[in-house]
Amino acid sequence: MHEYTLARHNDLIDPLVHVWNWQIPSYLFLGGWVAGMMIIVGFFLLRGRHREETSVTGVLPAVSVALLSLGMLALFLDLEHKLYVWRLYTTFQGTSPMSWGAWILLAVYPALLAVFALRPPDVLRDLWPAFDRLSDRLAEPRMVRVIAVTNIFLGVGLGIYTGILLSALGARPLWNSGILGVLFLVSGLSSAAAFTHLVARDRGERELLATSDNVFLLVELGVIALFLIGLLSGSQAHAQAARLVLGGPFTGVFWVIVVGLGIVLPLIVQSLTTAGRLAHTALAPLLVLAGGLALRVVIVNAGQFSHWARF
Amino acid sequence: MARYGMVIDTRRCVGCMDCVVACKTENQVPEGFDRDWIATDTTGRFPNLHLEIRSERCNHCDAPPCVDCCPTGASHVEPFGHVVLVTPEQCIGCKACLASCPYDARFVNPDGFADKCTFCIHRVKEGLDPACVSVCPTRCMTFGDLDDPRSEVNRLIESRTHHALIPAAGTSPRIFYLT
Repeated sequence: MHEYTLARHNDLIDPLVHVWNWQIPSYLFLGGWVAGMMIIVGFFLLRGRHREETSVTGVLPAVSVALLSLGMLALFLDLEHKLYVWRLYTTFQGTSPMSWGAWILLAVYPALLAVFALRPPDVLRDLWPAFDRLSDRLAEPRMVRVIAVTNIFLGVGLGIYTGILLSALGARPLWNSGILGVLFLVSGLSSAAAFTHLVARDRGERELLATSDNVFLLVELGVIALFLIGLLSGSQAHAQAARLVLGGPFTGVFWVIVVGLGIVLPLIVQSLTTAGRLAHTALAPLLVLAGGLALRVVIVNAGQFSHWARF
Repeated sequence: MARYGMVIDTRRCVGCMDCVVACKTENQVPEGFDRDWIATDTTGRFPNLHLEIRSERCNHCDAPPCVDCCPTGASHVEPFGHVVLVTPEQCIGCKACLASCPYDARFVNPDGFADKCTFCIHRVKEGLDPACVSVCPTRCMTFGDLDDPRSEVNRLIESRTHHALIPAAGTSPRIFYLT
């Protein structure tokens, strides 16, 4: 036998660590979703889609700014020392993924606003004529390429960062895998493709995004398998962490909601849609979005559950 | 400059919790929270059981993950004694350091900042031992400079079998338990 007892009961720590609640999974989900939309927007800009009246590139930047702001609000609500939040921007800590993230987020806003300014709404054009001139300048092919590549680059950075934020915390074996960065990036791309598929008015864009989402969902399944194999072949603590979703307390929610309803079912529905056997409906995209949120909820909660043997 | 550490003799520790009370009193630790605590580890198979009683706290690791993950530099290694400390005015309360500590040694102070053992650095600067060490009735704790080959902590480490907590986590803790 090995019995460990502790004469301590610190809030959020004992009996099990639960320092992060709903705010962090929500922030990671929204951040990943926006990251995916930046990559999709960048791709569409490189293909010149922004010149098309019905292109989804007119919608995504404003939605992304709104979602990212919501995510940052969730992050702010999680802070225990809220009045000191400005301290994030008086320093740069190279070893801290959170510090990297804070500065990446600061660069993401102007990149998204540049896309927004390519096609500002008529109301803004009327209110502020200078917007027209700015728009024309940004619409020069060289500038569009710069904006596109910047959005793709920052989108990849933001998506990976949402996973690295957790994987850098080696005290929680479930999170301690570099694959988490790739998993959250692919999941973010999938959420973004699902949402874009949902709101796209252009038929070609809708088909392309449904097909892309199928690829992202398949890759996500592969990355989840690699994530679990990596943990199972690691130390005893890592293998135990993997078992939290392989027979442990998070098994049901992970396999039924995250994998079953969030990946496999929408993959089947969207495959039938792209094959022309089903009409485009909101079902698959909504399931993908719910699955993306559920993935972060499970990983954040199960990660806090995982720990090293004390002795 | 010194690199402070602690050696705790588990054969002498009786788990009386004097160290816990001393810490709470000396550092005015908020009600309901502890910077140090007593842990017991029972191993073996009845009737051949082995009980180890340990006074635990922040290990002031040589490779502190709490310092690495801090986004503002609030968690830092103090040049005096290489002690891991938190500057409350720089802490935003993101709790990354709490999640990064394999020993679960940190907590959120009700005033919003990350809190933990300081090795009573204010006492050490005055030439005193940390409060927990100074009150121990069995003298099971020894505090000193790990970089000084002649220090009592090094003599004990060299002369007795010992272990640190969760070495697999790779943080190089600076509290050693004599067995």
